[in-house]
Amino acid sequence: MSDTKKFTTIVPEGQLADKWSNYKAHQKLVNPANKRRLDIIVVGTGLAGASAAASLGELGFNVLSFCIQDSPRRAHSIAAQGGINAAKNYQNDGDSVYRLFYDTIKGGDYRAREANVYRLAEVSNNIIDQCVAQGVPFAREYGGLLDNRSFGGAQVSRTFYAKGQTGQQLLLGAYSALSRQISKGSVKMHTRYEMLDVVVIEGRARGIIARNLRTGKIERFFGHAVVIATGGYGNTFFLSTNAMASNGSAAVQIYKKGAYFANPCYAQIHPTCIPVHGESQSKLTLMSESLRNDGRIWVPKKKEDAEAIRAGKLKPTDIADDDRDFYLERRYPAFGNLVPRDVASRAAKERCDAGFGVNNTGLAVYLDFKYAIERLGEATVKARYGNLFQMYEKIVDENPYKTPMMIFPAIHYTMGGIWVDYELQTSIKGLFAIGEANFSDHGANRLGASALMQGLADGYFVLPYTIQNYLADQIQVPRISTDAPEFLEALKDIDKKINKLMSIQGKRSVDSIHKELGIVMWDFVGMARTEESLKTAIEKIKAIKKEFWANVYIPGKADDLNGELEKALRLADFLEIGYLMALDGLNREESCGGHFREEYQTPDGEALRQDDKFSYVSCWKYTGDDSDPELLKEDLTYEFTERKQRNYKE
Amino acid sequence: MSKSINIKLRVWRQASPKAKGAFENYELNNVPTDSSFLEMIDMLNEQLIAERKEPVTFDHDCREGICGMCSLYINGHPHGPDQEVTTCQLHMRKFHDGETITIEPWRSRAFPVIKDLMVDRQAYDKIMQAGGYVSVNTGGVPDANAIPIAKPIADEAMDAASCIGCGACAAACKNGSAMLFVAAKVSQLALLPQGKIEAAKRAKAMVAKMDELGFGNCTNTGACAAECPKSVSLTHIARLNREYLCAKFKD
Repeated sequence: MSDTKKFTTIVPEGQLADKWSNYKAHQKLVNPANKRRLDIIVVGTGLAGASAAASLGELGFNVLSFCIQDSPRRAHSIAAQGGINAAKNYQNDGDSVYRLFYDTIKGGDYRAREANVYRLAEVSNNIIDQCVAQGVPFAREYGGLLDNRSFGGAQVSRTFYAKGQTGQQLLLGAYSALSRQISKGSVKMHTRYEMLDVVVIEGRARGIIARNLRTGKIERFFGHAVVIATGGYGNTFFLSTNAMASNGSAAVQIYKKGAYFANPCYAQIHPTCIPVHGESQSKLTLMSESLRNDGRIWVPKKKEDAEAIRAGKLKPTDIADDDRDFYLERRYPAFGNLVPRDVASRAAKERCDAGFGVNNTGLAVYLDFKYAIERLGEATVKARYGNLFQMYEKIVDENPYKTPMMIFPAIHYTMGGIWVDYELQTSIKGLFAIGEANFSDHGANRLGASALMQGLADGYFVLPYTIQNYLADQIQVPRISTDAPEFLEALKDIDKKINKLMSIQGKRSVDSIHKELGIVMWDFVGMARTEESLKTAIEKIKAIKKEFWANVYIPGKADDLNGELEKALRLADFLEIGYLMALDGLNREESCGGHFREEYQTPDGEALRQDDKFSYVSCWKYTGDDSDPELLKEDLTYEFTERKQRNYKE
Repeated sequence: MSKSINIKLRVWRQASPKAKGAFENYELNNVPTDSSFLEMIDMLNEQLIAERKEPVTFDHDCREGICGMCSLYINGHPHGPDQEVTTCQLHMRKFHDGETITIEPWRSRAFPVIKDLMVDRQAYDKIMQAGGYVSVNTGGVPDANAIPIAKPIADEAMDAASCIGCGACAAACKNGSAMLFVAAKVSQLALLPQGKIEAAKRAKAMVAKMDELGFGNCTNTGACAAECPKSVSLTHIARLNREYLCAKFKD
């Protein structure tokens, strides 16, 4: 490993609760006449990207927005089901900004920056106000006020929801705000475009190169600043809950231009997904965490029962209550079925590894609503989770009102991502990263209903402030021609890369290689990692990368609509990310949140942090295609919270 | 336990928007019935790639029924024979061994074909841009609980808001009308106090844009609601008509 360097990040002065106010009071602003002269590129139209583009357009900036789908409304935030957290304390159950901050820092296993997380909790309430004003139809009580539900890692009910489609409704809210700006001309929308590189001129981000997916034409765009809002890299695993086109390519492109990639090994395995059905599986479907409010998770107590179920000789409904092991309630009496995701996932894996798993594969556990139906009646359960039950039934062909659901963990969200400072600026000036694309707020594990909160916090309430502090110095910079040498150089590199890919004409389809990478990631960089497994992964990924660049086959032409070429370009970058994930996991000799190293666990099998050695953000700096990246360490100091071993038992 | 079936496929192939398209026939064996319809097309494409042929282009993304990207016309129905599902949530267990399955793109004047089974649905975005929003800027809004909304009203707005913008309604309609799509948004926002203020203006603007973009008129055949994967109800069209008439009456 190369030399390591430690650094600290500047956060505003003052007490935790004053920092963001202090920042806003002293930051530089751009006056309305100058805003019109400044171009901002926003890549991605999920919750973070759409809310940022709309808000910046409202302020008067000239915004260029890009998405790979045919409409900005289809970004994968749309699929978030359960809800969005906020510290409103409408339930009078003891919630506060501080408690939301504390739960988030603790949930992230003390690997996030205090000042960022506090700001997130602070603006959470504004988000709910904003969404209601846009006409987001949140669930309400009979008195007409907003309803809440509980999510993992919290002892209060602070989650706002719109049936099981909260992400959809929040995204459509942001999309409608974006649509309004498009009609006003302050945002210019580019659909079916995929970013291929960032253009850096004299150390500052000044534009992007993007491929028009309809025509295959490579185009150049200038911006005084560039915002990356392209989501996470969970699809490195091939099978994940991400959408098919979700990718980590923008992150890899800017990493190769000098932006640090932070904590790549922090990936979240979601405990409640529908189990894999077979070889032709293309993606995994999540069942919302909200189901753990009323569903009870169990496996058979007796191994012979589990074996009989796997062989199809027994049904789950044949197992008596006394013969069921409600292992989360048994192991974690205080939080029960509502422990954080990483804890719930590992507990499921532990039971399945011990031979108690169900389904014909042995890779599933039960999520049972029998007890909720007895307690609340079928109508209430249907009102709360009807659309999720319908979805389950369509996919699995079993009725979850009558027989327990089967669930198993799957890759869902990546806490790691592009390193950003307090202003959400990357290590390249003028280049910002927001939402899941950055690493900033969730530490080593994200709590449920916090992704929507962070995406919208960044887009509506943080970036529109902090980007002005940067742009205030840029008002004298004229629009740079996209014929500038730096643009042409970036274009040339892309042409070279695409020509190389098209000319391989090998024997393997892109998907077949991606599936191979996915299996290596799941087996060796998955829920439980060891030094040995990570070293194995590194060697295997190197071999797959070699195979890809020697033997991939891409039909069709480069200058035409070409889905296989799109996938190949993304896979080239997933191979880089997979490697980074393994490298980072190997370096981090501790267990924390979503990163579980078997060598570091408590006698009870819980994650054991090594705060004396690893209380830092791993920032990987690109050094070239043929050398390992350099590791820089952002020191994490805890001024306002005391770090503890996470405990969800009492 | 999963079974496998062998099927025959008739797939619409069209190289570009202006090219003349035609059906191509394919045979696909050992398709697991637990696979989704799109996973079956993945299998077809892997087979085509192995034969050094160009795979079938089709739109798809989330594959969990919510993004609205997938858009296949299967055996004469948008999103196929199953009820209340998008194409990505249709499963092969709905088909039998030896069956011939016909797959076409959305057929609607306002949704021109881009390639094979992929169509251009920007018209829906343009209708939204004409007025499918509440005119509020970020910040400076009242507390979320400042205006109570009766639960049945909020629930009905939610039902309208569950539209995924896939275009099945216009594709199913013999007139190529986008009324159900427009009605869902107009209705959602007209029901809520936040959207009520601009309701009349919104209804007029969105209907005018729909007409301008070449969508047909609504003749109340109800095919849209019958094929809607999210069961958006025809009552929203009634509400749109009411909003629209009131707005015109006031002019």
